[in-house]
Amino acid sequence: MPLLHVEDLSKNFVIHALGRTIPAFQGVSFTLEAGSLLLIRGPNGAGKSSLLRCLYRTYLPERGQALFAAADGTIDLASAADVDIALLRRTEIGHVTQFLRPRPRVTALDLVAEPLLVAGHSLAEAREAAADWLGSLGLKAAIWQAYPSTFSGGEQQKINLARAMIAPRRLLLLDEPTSALDPDARAALCSRIKTLKAAGVAMIGVFHHPEDIAGLIDVEFHVA
Amino acid sequence: MSLASLAHPRQDFSYGFLDAFAKRELRRRMLKAIAIPGFQVPYASRELPIARGWGTGGLQVTLSIVSPTDTLKVIDQGADDSVNAANLRRFIARMTSVATTTDTLAATVIQSRHRVPEERLREGQVLVLQVPDPEPLRQVQPDSSRAREMHADADYAQMWLTLYEQLVRFGRFMQGASYPVLVHGRYLMSPSPIPRWDTPALHQAAHLTLLSAGREKRLYAVPPYTDVRPIEFEDVFFQVENMAGRICMLTGARNKFMDELPVAEGGSQFRLSDTGYAAKLLRRARGDAATLGATYFDDEGHFYQPGVIRAE
Amino acid sequence: MNIEPVTPQPQPHQRRLLPPRLVRQAPLLELRGLSKRYGRIVAVQGVNLELYPGETVGIVGESGSGKSTVLRMLNLEEATDTGTYHLAVPGFTGQNLFALDRFHQRQLRIQQIGIVYQQPHMGLRMQATSGGNVAERLIMAGERRFATLRRAASDALASSEFPADRIDDPPAVLSGGMQQRVQLAKAIALRPALLLLDEPTTGLDVSIQALVLDTLLRLRRERQITTLIVSHDLGVIRTLADRVLVMRHGAVVECGLTDQILDDPQHPYTQQLVSARL
Repeated sequence: MPLLHVEDLSKNFVIHALGRTIPAFQGVSFTLEAGSLLLIRGPNGAGKSSLLRCLYRTYLPERGQALFAAADGTIDLASAADVDIALLRRTEIGHVTQFLRPRPRVTALDLVAEPLLVAGHSLAEAREAAADWLGSLGLKAAIWQAYPSTFSGGEQQKINLARAMIAPRRLLLLDEPTSALDPDARAALCSRIKTLKAAGVAMIGVFHHPEDIAGLIDVEFHVA
Repeated sequence: MSLASLAHPRQDFSYGFLDAFAKRELRRRMLKAIAIPGFQVPYASRELPIARGWGTGGLQVTLSIVSPTDTLKVIDQGADDSVNAANLRRFIARMTSVATTTDTLAATVIQSRHRVPEERLREGQVLVLQVPDPEPLRQVQPDSSRAREMHADADYAQMWLTLYEQLVRFGRFMQGASYPVLVHGRYLMSPSPIPRWDTPALHQAAHLTLLSAGREKRLYAVPPYTDVRPIEFEDVFFQVENMAGRICMLTGARNKFMDELPVAEGGSQFRLSDTGYAAKLLRRARGDAATLGATYFDDEGHFYQPGVIRAE
Repeated sequence: MNIEPVTPQPQPHQRRLLPPRLVRQAPLLELRGLSKRYGRIVAVQGVNLELYPGETVGIVGESGSGKSTVLRMLNLEEATDTGTYHLAVPGFTGQNLFALDRFHQRQLRIQQIGIVYQQPHMGLRMQATSGGNVAERLIMAGERRFATLRRAASDALASSEFPADRIDDPPAVLSGGMQQRVQLAKAIALRPALLLLDEPTTGLDVSIQALVLDTLLRLRRERQITTLIVSHDLGVIRTLADRVLVMRHGAVVECGLTDQILDDPQHPYTQQLVSARL
């Protein structure tokens, strides 16, 4: 049984105000095993990010199914109840977006530590793990206690990555995680991905420059 | 046989001034009040030849319960000889041919404004207290229909909030007279503006207490041997007024409730508030016969039932 | 009089979702068929809602959409026309809470429901001390030890990040943000099963709003308290809520995960509401 089996997944956006339907992607099918990384390729606007968001249910798929072998049984991500998806997001599925949504008055370190706190870890443990992630991605320790709303794009991206990947997940959805990273951070990320893969974490990624993670890709999938 | 011989002889007024219907209504209300200790029973307060607010509530109750075999004592703030007490006593005596006294022990019915006598009341005696405002929740809930809902739900949290606020702001409970009490563990009751000193006397008392507010048209009762607990915290207790060190200038009595009399050169002198008790002490000091009853507080200031007033 | 009912518009593109499978707990709160009208005005019609233990659900909609009315009814402040309301809490499981008498509704509210209003004076005694406002909740539940009241009040105020040295100040002299913290402390003092938030940060300065939101997030994380929040501020909803209901004319037009509702709204009204954001 694969970790994820996507069958005929489709998404269109219906814009009622314009009376128009904007297609995103149609009839996507693929299979993903635990511990492997699937690269989604395709031209700009082909719906690569939309596909990731449909799997995370930020977008509601219109047709098809995405059977996910959750720890407690297989479930269709496309039609599972909202509360089930919310549970999976807390425990099994992570989403690395391109943009950080910093909250005022929350430090960089605490923002990264938060998912571990939600999972029930102590503050000290969570902060230690957060410091480890930020350190390995090369964020200057001097700004860990600062508020990230004023940070540069690269710095925010590092926080975003660390926050999304810090808690143990079985499936990670990576939406252009390397776009704003410097070469050192990119290398650090690759080594993290390698470690996670070895631990059995499956990943689906959209990369602007797939060469960033050359050697880690197991499968490729093209959207038209 | 003539028609006149079958009829009652003509009277200028009913026995006890009130007509029979009024007295019957009042007695029914009193029975209900006794059956539900602390619960305020509404009644139709009648017009009397004194103004509302001058003891009409107590007067109506007294007129409804006395008979020619009773002995009546009327006090106002402990005094038998104040104008108000003297007027009420004379009126009731004229209307009912009841005997009158100033001796607590001799009285069967005691109508009082703002005091409980120092000498312990016994079974069979009735204490009638005049009440200006029967609603203990008035200060926290001005809307009386809401207040009645709160009584129905035993929703008295705001009273303890008031105590909390007083402790936080002043370090002690600030309520003086009419200190709210919980009767029979159920209804919150205002004991009329008796001093805190007199509040414990209502707890598990041998006598019947009837409280009546003529202007507000409410009466309520504490039957004999009923729990009457002042509101307090489990770790901060209700306390009576501190009478230690106050010595009656006339009788030398101590640890009784005293009236304070300012003196010209500053400072104060003290005099027993209960004039009937003071008179007996004076008679005895002169060597005349006087029977003194046991008092609620002994000369050392200890209340006769241990544990009712809790020490810090 | 013939009253035209407002029917929700059909949602042709919205996919039907399956019942929960991974979440095995029963819902903490189940509301079915809630309706209320004031004369000819339909305030709420046919609202259904489930809250699962520990989750935070938001209700959004413009003024007059009925969202605050739903909250007030869940707090048993107002009678409903129709509907059933269940809370899975000790002593009340299986009972329709709308049908309880006033006494038991009050008992339930004291023990199991905390509420924070937009207007502090609706939830607080403005002249009593802040500590007293919180302590009153415990007094209602039967606590009669002054020292315990004092400690519990200062603990609850501390966990809503209220400054310890102001515990004896009345809310009347506090700032808006501080007043909301007192309300929050009062709401959580007895560790209720359900927390209701009615526009808790509306009317506060943006920076104060951020601080209050942060406190709410921390409390949710630490106590896993099931929360229903009503707000017209989509930023607040995005920060706090796991799921969202969109209300219009007293009816729920759409519900879903918060990011799905905000990023991929299905219903024409929701699309309009989301795009009206500044």
